[in-house]
Amino acid sequence: MITHPFTYQAPSTIEEAVRELGRNGEAKVIAGGHSLLPLMKLGLAQPEALIDLRRIASLREIRTEDDGTIAVGALTTHRDIAADPTVRAKLPALAEAAGAVGDLQVRARGTIGGSLAHADPAADEPAPTLAYGATIRAIGPKGRRDIKVGDYFKGTFETALAENEIIAEIRFPAAAARTGSAYAKFAHPASGFAITGVAAVVTLTSEGIVERAAIGVTGAAAAAYRATAAEKALAGTNGNAKAIAAAAAKAADGITALSDLAASSDYRKHLVTVFAKRAIERALSRAKA
Amino acid sequence: MTATANPTYIGERVARKEDPRLITGEGTFTDDVVLQGMAYLTLVRSPHAHARIRRIDTAAAKKEPGVVAVLTGKDLEATGMLPVFITVPSMSGSKHMPIATDKARYAGDAVAAVVADSRDAAKRAADLIAVDYEPLPVVVDASKALEPGAPIVHEELGSNLMFTYPVKGGDIDKAFKDAEVKVSQRIVNQRLIPNAMEPRAVTAKFEAGELTLWSTTQIPHFVQLIVALNLGLGQNKVRVIAPEVGGGFGSKLQVYAEELLVGHLARTLRRPVKWTEERREGYLATIHGRDHVSDVELAAKKDGTILGLRVRTVANVGAYLQAFAPGIPTILHVFIVPGPYRIPAFDYEMRGAYTNTTPVDAYRGAGRPEAALLTERIMDRLADEIGMDPAELRRKNFIPADAFPFNTISGLTYDSGDYAPALDRALAMADYKGFEKRRAEAKARGNYRGIGISSYVEICGLAPSKANAALGVGWGGYESARIRVHATGAVQVFTGTSPHGQSHETSWAQIAADALGISPNDIEVRHGDTSESPGMGVGTFGSRSLAVGGIAVHKAAEKVREKVVQIGAHLLEASPADVVVEGGKVFVKGVPEKAKNFGDISMAAYLANNLPEGMEPGLEATVYYDPPNFTFPFGTHIAEVEIDGETGAVQIVRYSACDDCGRQINPMIVEGQLHGGITQGIGQALYEAAVYDNDGQLLSGSMMEYHVPSAEDVPAFELDSTVTLTNTNPLGVKGIGEAGTIGSTPAAANAVIDALSPLGIKHIDMPLTSEKIWRAIRAAGEGRR
Repeated sequence: MITHPFTYQAPSTIEEAVRELGRNGEAKVIAGGHSLLPLMKLGLAQPEALIDLRRIASLREIRTEDDGTIAVGALTTHRDIAADPTVRAKLPALAEAAGAVGDLQVRARGTIGGSLAHADPAADEPAPTLAYGATIRAIGPKGRRDIKVGDYFKGTFETALAENEIIAEIRFPAAAARTGSAYAKFAHPASGFAITGVAAVVTLTSEGIVERAAIGVTGAAAAAYRATAAEKALAGTNGNAKAIAAAAAKAADGITALSDLAASSDYRKHLVTVFAKRAIERALSRAKA
Repeated sequence: MTATANPTYIGERVARKEDPRLITGEGTFTDDVVLQGMAYLTLVRSPHAHARIRRIDTAAAKKEPGVVAVLTGKDLEATGMLPVFITVPSMSGSKHMPIATDKARYAGDAVAAVVADSRDAAKRAADLIAVDYEPLPVVVDASKALEPGAPIVHEELGSNLMFTYPVKGGDIDKAFKDAEVKVSQRIVNQRLIPNAMEPRAVTAKFEAGELTLWSTTQIPHFVQLIVALNLGLGQNKVRVIAPEVGGGFGSKLQVYAEELLVGHLARTLRRPVKWTEERREGYLATIHGRDHVSDVELAAKKDGTILGLRVRTVANVGAYLQAFAPGIPTILHVFIVPGPYRIPAFDYEMRGAYTNTTPVDAYRGAGRPEAALLTERIMDRLADEIGMDPAELRRKNFIPADAFPFNTISGLTYDSGDYAPALDRALAMADYKGFEKRRAEAKARGNYRGIGISSYVEICGLAPSKANAALGVGWGGYESARIRVHATGAVQVFTGTSPHGQSHETSWAQIAADALGISPNDIEVRHGDTSESPGMGVGTFGSRSLAVGGIAVHKAAEKVREKVVQIGAHLLEASPADVVVEGGKVFVKGVPEKAKNFGDISMAAYLANNLPEGMEPGLEATVYYDPPNFTFPFGTHIAEVEIDGETGAVQIVRYSACDDCGRQINPMIVEGQLHGGITQGIGQALYEAAVYDNDGQLLSGSMMEYHVPSAEDVPAFELDSTVTLTNTNPLGVKGIGEAGTIGSTPAAANAVIDALSPLGIKHIDMPLTSEKIWRAIRAAGEGRR
């Protein structure tokens, strides 16, 4: 239960929300509340003010822009992302990751913006966000700022967001032709968080050679990361079983893997290679289809 | 065997009378009870597993706005000690106060109490209490607790040994000398956290000299008794109500500190008080279950004939002796270890040890799942050793059907049984014969597939009061029932049982309906309120309710029926022998057109101006039923698993079980009990474990770490049953509440080991997590290289 008192506001624009953040001392933004409220119940977060974003309707849209960029509003719930026809068709790894978050109740309330802002190392959506090379668009006291996802995740619960910046949307660039993507996850049996989650995005040449591979990994290390060694190993190959296995084997290279009751660090590293293989296999088959 | 002559509702899938109000949210649980002027209790719990309490500074807490009282153990000694209901020989009992006064003995041991106008204020004040602890060395492991030099949990006892409980039969030395084959295995039955859906709660008010206490309990009458005795109130001045209770599994089979404290505080503060457990608090402060480490040895002939079984076990009982704790690893475990098998020689020594961990007591199955696991694992080890089919090995050693009643080597008398048909039906459902093809198909996918059998016998119907006394149980094992027929014909059944998910309102109505010749819909079953109970009720645990409490209902209904017949005969001017009670009518055999309504008879009983000579007015009966023996349900469960060859993750792909609980009152409820029980048992096999670090901190401290399985984790169960009646009671019923948990854990564990047996793997301790299996597979691979 939450024993510490706090004030509550629900502004109707993001600019107003940013101003309110600045006006209150220890203020926190709340969206779905699925990360913040448990922390408040445990007394690990004790904000003096909550700024609720849920009245800002524009943050809940999924929009396709003229250049093919898909902009997912920060307040879009995991469930809405998983069910969205555009996301399912163009960003299947994101749809799969959103559909694999927690359970139905969590997916119905939790949001992609909340997930990325909280930056839990075991959250699902950071993996496809990394692999698709998305941009995080934030609004702050100084206005709008676009952060490349590669610069965004700084560590456990740490991001590149500046003070009083709020994520407005996540912008996924249009995919090249002959691109396939997939998300494969090994869930914690109790919490449902990713012990390992791997998103793979693969683009083939017209000859069927892997032109480009991007692999985002979550759950395994202090922050979600790109498995660059595996990407390099896969690029230029014909994507046969041997090439996939060789690339996947490098997906945990150089990381310091997390360790807990459910999975020790060497088991986690092993799982990263297994789920990298599974994600790459599915991404390749989609790229060929 | 004198079952009801023409059962009409017994055996029917009558829809649960409990469901409409529970599904629509109309049920009242203890935390739903809100009283005028109510204050809230919060307990300060030790963060240390073992620490002397030097000083407690409550000054800041007392100043917090809204605080009513801040109390330490010394202020609350008037509540007396927590009770223990079982004494086994050589037992070394611990002093157990609701609030620790000298030292904290586990992380979660209560050291101070705050009462405030709101929960928030109580929690804020609790955070302001400064306890000066002197941390002491900690012992978590039960075997280490018994080593010389181990930290002592209760200094006044001199050691951590709670008891040594030996049970022997036959010539065990000869059995091992004559053995052609011996197998041995160390088997860990890990500690579990019960996780009832509803956390514990207590609400109480004290008005006009009477204490009313609502509690999430399985045993309201024991709570009434102990609260009255400890607080010095007349038993008639303590009313305990167990309203809707959301599951218990043994975790609410206690008189807890909070019940004594809330009762005491409501009385002394002169205002209603409520305490509600938080889930994380419950992980520390509600009892845990299981926690055995056993060394098991089996002596046999090469043809699979068992010669002898030897077991040495240390049970971790935690920091204090709880109400039934001494009986769980002894009475409910050791005696049933021989299971369904004819075992000529048996030698078991059980030791209980105190440690700096949450106290351990009954958890669904309570001693019997531990028994089935070690027997069924060692049977599979023997089958593997001699290259015999595990099903055939079991069949060969089963007690034959013509041997009942059967006196076991451990001293029990099994009432009835026919074990082979249950095994055969389970094998057929599981397509046991076709399994090797499925194993080969899985191998082609890179996976490992296994099948595991578990045949069990368990003990229900606790218990004949004289047997209780002989075993050290400090109370009778009867149950009570009262049936009251009002003048209008409205029928109420009052039962001493206290259901918390077992559907007694439905089953008891079915039993009474058949005796009274009316519909279960016209019968109301009431329970859980000591002010309207038939008298002393013993409560609901150990799958005892039907075989004891249900029989009390049956007997009370038969008494009422007898009076209905007498009055009916009088009004119809016929002989009682010719009177039929059926379909809500009372008539002379062959003349149904001249019937009296059931309500005419009850009205006559209360008008009382035209009754048979010498008959008392009124229409009700009270029965206390003390069973002559335990009952012994049995069955065979078969699990089939497929293990992901790359990750070690286990999927239960098929599950078949054939259980025999004697006559079934409501097969739908039997299946429901099995569905939950099997899932819970699979939880132990694959997922659940209460894990402590060496400092006594519970690492699996919340549902984020501790996985309680749900429907998602299990396949659709294929269930069948055989019906072997018992002559222990007139309905021939045995009990089904725990069978699922007892049968399923060894079946699932055996299936996993069977899947890995081609790699030479003989045993892995539970829970069989993906990482443990992956490591075993990897180690086996390295071994072969």
